[in-house]
Amino acid sequence: MTAFLLRRLLQAAFVMLAMSVLVFLGVFAIGDPVEILVSPQADQAERARIIADLGLDRPLWEQYLHFLGNALRGDLGRSFAYNEPALRLILHRLPATLELAASAMLIALVIGLPLGLFAGLPPRTLPLRVIVLVAGLCFSLPALWLARVLLDQLPGGAGPAAAAALALLALGLPAGLAAGVLPRDLPARAIMAGSILGFSLPTFWVGLLLIMVFAVQLGWLPSTGRGATVAVLGVEWSFLTADGIAHLILPALNLALFNISLMVRLVRAGVRETMLTEFVKFARAKGLSPRRIVLVHVLKAIMIPVVTVLGLEFGQTVAFSVVTESVFAWPGVGKLIVDSIYQLDRPVIVAYLMLIVLLFILINLAVDLAYSLLDPRVRLGGRA
Amino acid sequence: MSGAALAPDETPLRRFLADYAASPLALLGLLLLLLIAAAAILAPWIAPQDPYDLAQLDILDGKLPPGSPAGAGFTYWLGTDDQGRDMLSGILYGLRTSLGVGAGSAVLAGIVGGALGLLAGYAGGRTDGAIMRVVDLQLSFPAILAALMILAWLGKGVANVVLALVLVEWAYYARTVRGSALAERQRDYVEAARGLALPAWRVLFRHLAPNCAPTFIIVLTMQMARAVALEATLSFLGLGVPITEPSLGLLIANGSEYMLAGQYWISFYPGLALLLTIVAVNLVGDHLRDVLNPKLQA
Repeated sequence: MTAFLLRRLLQAAFVMLAMSVLVFLGVFAIGDPVEILVSPQADQAERARIIADLGLDRPLWEQYLHFLGNALRGDLGRSFAYNEPALRLILHRLPATLELAASAMLIALVIGLPLGLFAGLPPRTLPLRVIVLVAGLCFSLPALWLARVLLDQLPGGAGPAAAAALALLALGLPAGLAAGVLPRDLPARAIMAGSILGFSLPTFWVGLLLIMVFAVQLGWLPSTGRGATVAVLGVEWSFLTADGIAHLILPALNLALFNISLMVRLVRAGVRETMLTEFVKFARAKGLSPRRIVLVHVLKAIMIPVVTVLGLEFGQTVAFSVVTESVFAWPGVGKLIVDSIYQLDRPVIVAYLMLIVLLFILINLAVDLAYSLLDPRVRLGGRA
Repeated sequence: MSGAALAPDETPLRRFLADYAASPLALLGLLLLLLIAAAAILAPWIAPQDPYDLAQLDILDGKLPPGSPAGAGFTYWLGTDDQGRDMLSGILYGLRTSLGVGAGSAVLAGIVGGALGLLAGYAGGRTDGAIMRVVDLQLSFPAILAALMILAWLGKGVANVVLALVLVEWAYYARTVRGSALAERQRDYVEAARGLALPAWRVLFRHLAPNCAPTFIIVLTMQMARAVALEATLSFLGLGVPITEPSLGLLIANGSEYMLAGQYWISFYPGLALLLTIVAVNLVGDHLRDVLNPKLQA
């Protein structure tokens, strides 16, 4: 185990180094920050002084070594735009993004796991029908609401086309589901069709729709910012206040959309595969209740892919929060990085990318460790 | 293909078509995709107005709701944007950019990634190791961020977006194609082709490549849907296509500020068109995967 851990750590350090070169070179190629930072009125001497201050006059490899040396001491440079250490700027904003991403993963797990489980189980069982109907209603009610809102509240007969499209969707899917409760595997197919829809929905557009319906038309939830926060351990969190949670719901749901679909597919595939295995047959022959077979034995077996994907997707979700944060004006690192790209704020971009790389490496490491705990074969095989 | 013997009059192609047609949902997806593609290609002839000919726009017609009559004698079925541009025409032209960028980048990335994957799978050894390390590195970094960085470097532009998408997507093809090339390499026909002392490129492209085609086609459709979505996202963030060639993503971004004022149609309908496009491609791809995957064919 120690050897395994050591080897992985060494690999991680190497990848980190390789990525630091790539990121540094890549970001160096982005525009000329001097044009933005130095006022056009500055004379040649002033210009030269600023360039020298920022270290932009030295050769590239020297700048890289300087950057690397500082990075190892935890200094990733100062933001050109905010004149603040880039790392502090990012760490200050990071909790907001982590909170958003974690909420999204939680939503994906809570909604996706049961749906996938039941889509994968053999049909014609009572809980399946119940779950399918409930899921159908959960989906169709807000959609019908949206259709009604579009029809009623939008100016001058403007809504009919939109309302019709949505009503079709809202009625069609549950209708398919309801029809599916009787024939053999239609409900499962309907969930799968729904998951294709989930994969296809453009995140930012859904975000705009959520804002339009729940913030503008209904006025139930706020559309921008984090709301009231509470400081715990010196970090501000939204999820501990009612106002903060209200602010969190829409963006988290928006960000969760893709992961819900992914979870449904993953769990369904896992369940279908596992139900055919010898150990499930054995458990059945032993006379275990179906509930125990599914909730203990099958669930345990599919946890490996679920843990892997959940872990790997966490990094992707943090990265993708760039989009959601821009739509909902959520003050996290995603919004910061988009602003920094516009302002050519190199140190912030570099620091952000390095943090993302570090995050991915840590996630991969954690997933590998979780693997070796959940599946002894990985550990014993000594796989790198 | 699976081990099952073919009936005398049954060619693999016919069998594939029959398998594909077995799913009504997939047929619907294909039909939808063909319709959308036709609408995009025929946009200059079927759109009520040329949305980029400023002479045809009337600023007084700005932000009209869907169904309003236009001064020029037609109806704004999907309303107008703040410039008085017919949204239906804007969407039809936007589809051209979106589909063009999506298909173009998917095909280009497929050629680059597919060739590298074939090479890695066939050559094995150090070549394989080198190519796959780069693929691993690429796949460990989120595509959206990589694309953002590349575009921040290259600047806006249709060609730049295509290049960025190719750079972030080739690795998916390389990994998948390498997998099937590795499996195919063990087959007797490859052995036979090498026994005939055919040049390596011939074995690669004439013998190995066609047999890796099924997996390649699956990745191609999936990545095309991804490319369309990614391009829309980049354009929405303001780093994608320029304002002179707006894609659906840019149309949505332009309308987003009016959404809060209740003028939903400016970004709602382009989004619906985008959704339908991606759903259609995904439906086709999803079913192709079921049909072409030899593991699922008993």
